[in-house]
Amino acid sequence: METSTINNNFKSEEYFINMGPQHPATHGVLRLLLTIDGETIKNVEPDLGYIHRSIEKMCERDSYQQIVHLTDRMDYLSSNINNEAVCLAVENALQIEVPDRVKVIRTIIAELTRIASHNLWWGVMGMDVGALTTYFYAFRDREMINDIFEETCGARLTMNYNVPGGLMFDIHPNFVKRVKEFIAHFKTKLPEYDTLLTNNVIFQKRMRGVGLLSKEDAISYGASGPVGRGSGYSCDVRKIHPYSALDKVTFNEALRTDGDSFARYEVRIQEMWESISIIEQLIDNIPEGDYKVETNAVIKLPKGEFYQKVETARGELGVYIISTGTKNPYRLKFRSPGFSNLSLLNHIAVGGKIGDLVASMATLDLVIPDIDR
Amino acid sequence: MNLSLSITKNIHDWLFSMMPETVASLTEMTLIATVYLAVFAVTGLFLVLLERKVAAWFQLRLGPNRVGPWGLLQTMADALKLVSKELTGTVNADKFLYNLAPYFVIITALMALAVLPFSGEFQAFDINIGIFFLIAISSIGVIGILLAGWSSNNKFALIGAMRSGVQTISYELSVGLSLLTVILITGTLQLSEIVEVQRNGWLIVQGHIPAMFAFMIYMISGTAETNRAPFDLVEAESELGAGFHTEYSGMKFAYFFLAEFINMFIIASIATTIFFGAWLSPFGITESLPWLGVFWFLGKTLVLVFLMMWFRWTFPRLRIDQLLTLEWKYLLPLNLMNIVLMAIIVWLNLTIQF
Amino acid sequence: MSYFSDIYNGIKTLLTGMSVTGKYFLHSQKGAITQQYPDNRDTLKMFERFRGEVVMPHDENNEHRCTGCQKCELACPNGTIEIIWDRQVDPETGKKKKMIEKHIYHLGMCTMCGLCVEACPTDAIKWAQNYENSVYDRTTLTRVLNKPGSKLMAGVED
Repeated sequence: METSTINNNFKSEEYFINMGPQHPATHGVLRLLLTIDGETIKNVEPDLGYIHRSIEKMCERDSYQQIVHLTDRMDYLSSNINNEAVCLAVENALQIEVPDRVKVIRTIIAELTRIASHNLWWGVMGMDVGALTTYFYAFRDREMINDIFEETCGARLTMNYNVPGGLMFDIHPNFVKRVKEFIAHFKTKLPEYDTLLTNNVIFQKRMRGVGLLSKEDAISYGASGPVGRGSGYSCDVRKIHPYSALDKVTFNEALRTDGDSFARYEVRIQEMWESISIIEQLIDNIPEGDYKVETNAVIKLPKGEFYQKVETARGELGVYIISTGTKNPYRLKFRSPGFSNLSLLNHIAVGGKIGDLVASMATLDLVIPDIDR
Repeated sequence: MNLSLSITKNIHDWLFSMMPETVASLTEMTLIATVYLAVFAVTGLFLVLLERKVAAWFQLRLGPNRVGPWGLLQTMADALKLVSKELTGTVNADKFLYNLAPYFVIITALMALAVLPFSGEFQAFDINIGIFFLIAISSIGVIGILLAGWSSNNKFALIGAMRSGVQTISYELSVGLSLLTVILITGTLQLSEIVEVQRNGWLIVQGHIPAMFAFMIYMISGTAETNRAPFDLVEAESELGAGFHTEYSGMKFAYFFLAEFINMFIIASIATTIFFGAWLSPFGITESLPWLGVFWFLGKTLVLVFLMMWFRWTFPRLRIDQLLTLEWKYLLPLNLMNIVLMAIIVWLNLTIQF
Repeated sequence: MSYFSDIYNGIKTLLTGMSVTGKYFLHSQKGAITQQYPDNRDTLKMFERFRGEVVMPHDENNEHRCTGCQKCELACPNGTIEIIWDRQVDPETGKKKKMIEKHIYHLGMCTMCGLCVEACPTDAIKWAQNYENSVYDRTTLTRVLNKPGSKLMAGVED
């Protein structure tokens, strides 16, 4: 086993632990090489690549409609938002204007996906810290969102509902009613989440002052999403470059300045409240119209380079397409939020204990298939 | 109805009439040990199933309900499965200590069961230093865990065992001091005498405010003694695999597992005996049926066991330095202040008696 | 003095947390969200748009609507659909036209993306709602969607 940076300064009282690829606390297959002295961590080195499936190479072989179903499987918790990213990139390159109905539905489904992803994050966060019942309460609410998706799109996790040009088919007649029921139910549950975990004195002692990240470090490591916003770096793509129907809604950006794990936790809880308010603003007036703009059967992008940014539940996802005018892209690159967020794990974990490492990693909210695509 | 008294007296006389004295007493002791082993096994099995069902009800799901009606035979199936597993050992493990470690925890649990007053006549060993004996026994259990962690030749197991050792010896102080607070009222260490004192009202009522503080501190330290959540860093599954019993499989793992549940039962039983009047009914309503005492004892103990399970499934885990801070900076000073308060109340005769 | 107020506030938050789980414990009988799976197969119904498996519906005369245009084969991202076709003489009009012999569908490779069902111009294939697709023998996952002896329904090409 070669461990490049570790062998040079290895002192005799330190020892190595492998939080191996199979571990309950790393969300996915991630190998961490820890150098520990007693309980204090001296060095963390992540080792990636266990779930690399060459998605970007497959995208060079597929046509633009077929690329969308591959993005479902990258960051599977915000799959609708990934689909939207690729569709927006293609539509901006072809300069197609999609109808308003499509924009509003895309935004509603994206915000529902964000709530579902943060719900699962909350449940797993409780489990990592030791409160094992939060997992079940979070999944009970997530099941309602999955049922909404199953009725409209046909699948619960890998939706593949967006196509370049619009949606694959129109929403189900029950969609609006179900979303309203879910919002009413969920608004009574979020305060319960607060009572159970957020205000708990043991939880606060575990989270406050742990895993500190200053604003300058967040900017220099490229942190985005709730990780950046927990340190005071205002990086919400929905505010800076709004897309779809996001310029028609008003919402607050969740910002905290403390930079510790509790700040990142609070940012995500506030984001759930903001998503609820966005959905409430849009759900009653979905404009009538077509659900799709007809494109050619074979889409060919003009020559050039195109980039599109969206805000997934983890942070800023970027889609970068280089096209030479043929029906497959020459190169397609995803700038994944998890990759940059993982790079600051060494910075925030050194000097703390193993329990702090687990808590900080849970607040970074990494999904490993997003990192090795 | 002194049914149990007459049965034990009859067996005692029959044995002593048949054999010479030493052999008869040895046989009697073996019989009692077998009865207690059976109690141990049945209680362990029942508590494991209770934990799974209670956990399921907290988590909005049903517990085991397929094997036997309401899942009653589930633990039997688990025990059969564990017995049939291969006993793998690590290559470089210290063989003698590795095999010896589970027996330490089992033997201490059984020894503690022997002094508990389940009923007026159902108490195996009624020595005059009852409480002292119980606290001393729980200190021996730590050795089993340390041996298990060290002899497994595994870094994770060693970390877990060291954490557990530190935790247990710290919280024994709080357990001892909170029990001492109540002894100030009774004036004796013998368990059956303590129960007799409680005929005037349970001790948690007699020593009102300081006894309630003592009970709260005892519950917290008792949960920490048995390495249960929220103090279960030792077996923190989401951090380090399985802690000190990583390398154990099959029946040896079952020993550790059962011993944890029996320890929980013992902590709850001691609380019932000291604070809630072991087999006495409230206000003496069923005094005429002394054989109901066992059911009162078990009922009160199960309520306290349920309380410990409620703690486990609600709270997150504490970190090791926070655990030690809690003990040395908060619980110990509060305990000492409580003892002074209780001493003042007993001296001024301010206890509530019925 | 903040020592005591810290302790008091801490214990208060712990007790409110316990009240949340206690409330769920008391309502556990009717609040349990477990579905006892193999026992409730009769009442379990999927939504109508659920993506289970691609099938080709046949009517009562054993006729289907697939003209062999191969649009589904082109739309599929990973080669799950293979169509074996031939140009044969159509008995009615006497001209040569494309007719399918077999429409092969590899259920083991399908990612359930739905592009084939959307691409079909004649609505020949659609989604079924079966969700228990596991088999013991992997070769049974290669399905032929058109039944033997079936032919194209009249009037579909217009």
